Amino acid sequence: MHPVLKLVVQRVALGLLLLLVISVVIFLGVEALPGDTAQAILGQSATPQALANLRAEMGLDQPALTRYLHWLGGILTGDLGAALTNKADIAKSISSKLGNTLFLAGSAAVIAVPLAILLGILAARYAGRWPDKVISAVTLTTISLPEFVAAYFVIFFLTQVFPIFQPVSLVLPGMGFWEKLHAIALPVIVLVMVVLAHMMRMTRAAILNVMQSAYIETAELKGLSPMQVVWRHAFPNAIAPVVAVVMLNLAYLVVGVVVVEVVFSYNALGKYLVDHVTKRDLPVVQAVGLIFAAVYIFLNMAADIIGILSNPRLRHPK
Amino acid sequence: MNDKHNQLDWMIAQARKGRMTRREFVGRTTALGVSATLAGALFSKAALADEPVKGGTLRLGVSGGGSTDTLDPALSASPSPYNILRTWGECLVDVSETGTVEMRIAEEVSSNADATEWKFKIRQGVEFHGGGTVTADDVVATLKRHTDEKAQSGALGIVQGISEMTADGDMVTLKLASANADLPFLIADYHLIIQPGGGVDNPAAGVGTGPYKVTSNEPGVVTTFEKNANYWDSTRGHADTVEILVINDDTARVAALQAGQVHMIDRVDPKTVATLSGDAGVVIERAAGPGHYVFIMHCDKAPFDNNDLRMALKLAINRQELVDKVLGGLGSRGNDFPINAAYPLFDDTIPQREYDAAAAAAAYAKSGHDGSPILLQVAPGAFPGAVDAANLFASSANAAGIPLQIQVEPDDGYWSNVWNVAPFCASYWGGRPVQDQMYTTAYLSTAEWNDTRFKDAHFDELLLAARGELDGAKRKGIYSEMANIMRDTGGLIAPMFNDWVEGRRAEVGGWVANPQGTMMNGFALSKCWLTA
Repeated sequence: MHPVLKLVVQRVALGLLLLLVISVVIFLGVEALPGDTAQAILGQSATPQALANLRAEMGLDQPALTRYLHWLGGILTGDLGAALTNKADIAKSISSKLGNTLFLAGSAAVIAVPLAILLGILAARYAGRWPDKVISAVTLTTISLPEFVAAYFVIFFLTQVFPIFQPVSLVLPGMGFWEKLHAIALPVIVLVMVVLAHMMRMTRAAILNVMQSAYIETAELKGLSPMQVVWRHAFPNAIAPVVAVVMLNLAYLVVGVVVVEVVFSYNALGKYLVDHVTKRDLPVVQAVGLIFAAVYIFLNMAADIIGILSNPRLRHPK
Repeated sequence: MNDKHNQLDWMIAQARKGRMTRREFVGRTTALGVSATLAGALFSKAALADEPVKGGTLRLGVSGGGSTDTLDPALSASPSPYNILRTWGECLVDVSETGTVEMRIAEEVSSNADATEWKFKIRQGVEFHGGGTVTADDVVATLKRHTDEKAQSGALGIVQGISEMTADGDMVTLKLASANADLPFLIADYHLIIQPGGGVDNPAAGVGTGPYKVTSNEPGVVTTFEKNANYWDSTRGHADTVEILVINDDTARVAALQAGQVHMIDRVDPKTVATLSGDAGVVIERAAGPGHYVFIMHCDKAPFDNNDLRMALKLAINRQELVDKVLGGLGSRGNDFPINAAYPLFDDTIPQREYDAAAAAAAYAKSGHDGSPILLQVAPGAFPGAVDAANLFASSANAAGIPLQIQVEPDDGYWSNVWNVAPFCASYWGGRPVQDQMYTTAYLSTAEWNDTRFKDAHFDELLLAARGELDGAKRKGIYSEMANIMRDTGGLIAPMFNDWVEGRRAEVGGWVANPQGTMMNGFALSKCWLTA
């Protein structure tokens, strides 16, 4: 087997094992919460008989191991069960919301990642001079704003002062692609502001690190222009750390944007999770928790693999 | 004179376009020498002069929604599901903005002489969205479902007092365990929407008899409706389609209204009202609801077991100052009983208690209190602005020579450790639909939530007598006597009632404030229309 293929298979297997461990952790974490779901549903009006009835109905009277295996079996066959609060089918709710989450994250990433890398390269090329300082100052300012403040700024300027967009990101089934894109413009802008600096700074640092190497001096001595040096020689060798931080930010765009979703009333997974945590709707919390964990594991795995592929020494181990 | 006429015409035109609130209109026209009564009548006429405009899409931005929400009427508890329910469903009766019972699915309501048996005649030909007409059996099945503990209905407390329900032809008969002259008001509770077959098979189907049919429902995000072409009442349901958008963030909700993405919003933060008044496209609407902020004294604990001391404290609070500073003027003064004009049978002739430092000092001297500090416990979460209100109270009381001191408690555990435990603390009430329910919940001697430990045998007798009294004038007299007893001897200091504060676009017509509940008692989408 080709060593790279072997490596990928190994990593995927490891990722799946990790996911299994996480499913145990999520299950135990939920189990450790005081009170159970039946109590959370019935609240103050709980009588012992009503509690017993509801527990039997939801299978909470079974031992923990049985319930875990049942839950795991359901997940493996794609059956996530129904929400306790409004009896909605979880898999169905998640599929539409996951689509919206990925649409928002994807749109933000398509703008933010190339922009951050380009700005990072420019900042490295002009390190210490005014373009570097302007880029750093602007991106560090936008990352320092709490997300909801950035959101209010954007709402104020782009819906009140210049009424170009709508403050509520309402995405309905049946809307066209451009219509949807117009609807989510404001959260995309906020997310780009938030993730730009981290990736930009990392790109800049990684390139500057490589620029100290002897082969960069050689390239300069051969008479290449500074931009050619950065683009042809420095950047390819700085890819691993850049990819790592890009993946981290992509993961954040998928799982960490609850505040932005709430401010713009965007129908996506983060808001769905928070709503159900407050109502103690545990099957939903478990399902969404597992999806978020899977996204993190997958993106980290992708960062590892790309990092290895970009490094000949790791690509051809002895 | 001509100039005055021109100004008056201009103001009537503004009122007609919805650009002026009643208060503003009355204030400005009386400044021209028009009497307040005439000004009020002119305003009502101007506001109602426009014929409803049909068509268009009316959008409501609303707080308090989550993806855990359901269309099951029994489980509705926050503003978003409340507005959604009101749009697709209907109850037997409603309570109108003037506090009278308005017939909906029932077309006649009557009771026996002692108010223990009620008959509701069901309107013929009212169609459900899915087909079929409402029968007395549907009504009984609906009410029965809410009595079932499994349904977890928010109206359980109301329907469990009904001991027997029968359907006969087009008549529904409800027998009560004990007399209750208020039953029609209670049956208007928003959970008690009539569903086909009682909604037993699928309570969350969203099928009712309202002016709009649910076309899509994404809980906690957006619910869309289309007009119910077969709706029986032409005075409701003017827009072709309506939408309810959940916008939980206060700032985003206001921004959506200003940008015109929605036409109406609920819960406008009083702090932003001044800023919004500069926006010509937006109108702020207020309705004096039954909610109130209170300071409560235990009538059975020293030093509050002395009525002179209680009276001294009641006289030592500057109500107008609290309304202005804590509510930003968006409320009204309370009168030390838990009832205001939002309730049917309210007696508005009871004199308003004012801040009177001299009288307070005299009452305090008469109480013979030893001059040691009187402790008022308060937490920021007791009600919005509670600590500020308590400090204002303390400073006006100190000016009258009463040694009132504030002790600020943490929010965490306030409702279990301080409220209903400490002898003097801050609290709030959301109000109830009728006076009987409010008094029974908190001021009857035996009430579980009697948080003022107010025990007065005569007061209890009056309360029970009013329940079986069907003569409105006599009941009003009884409630007036009870209000006076509470005002003069109770443990409740009720300095202010907080308004519902809502916003709408100027192009929305047909808005009539309803003190019974938020967003015109939930009927804003059904009763309003778009003029442009």
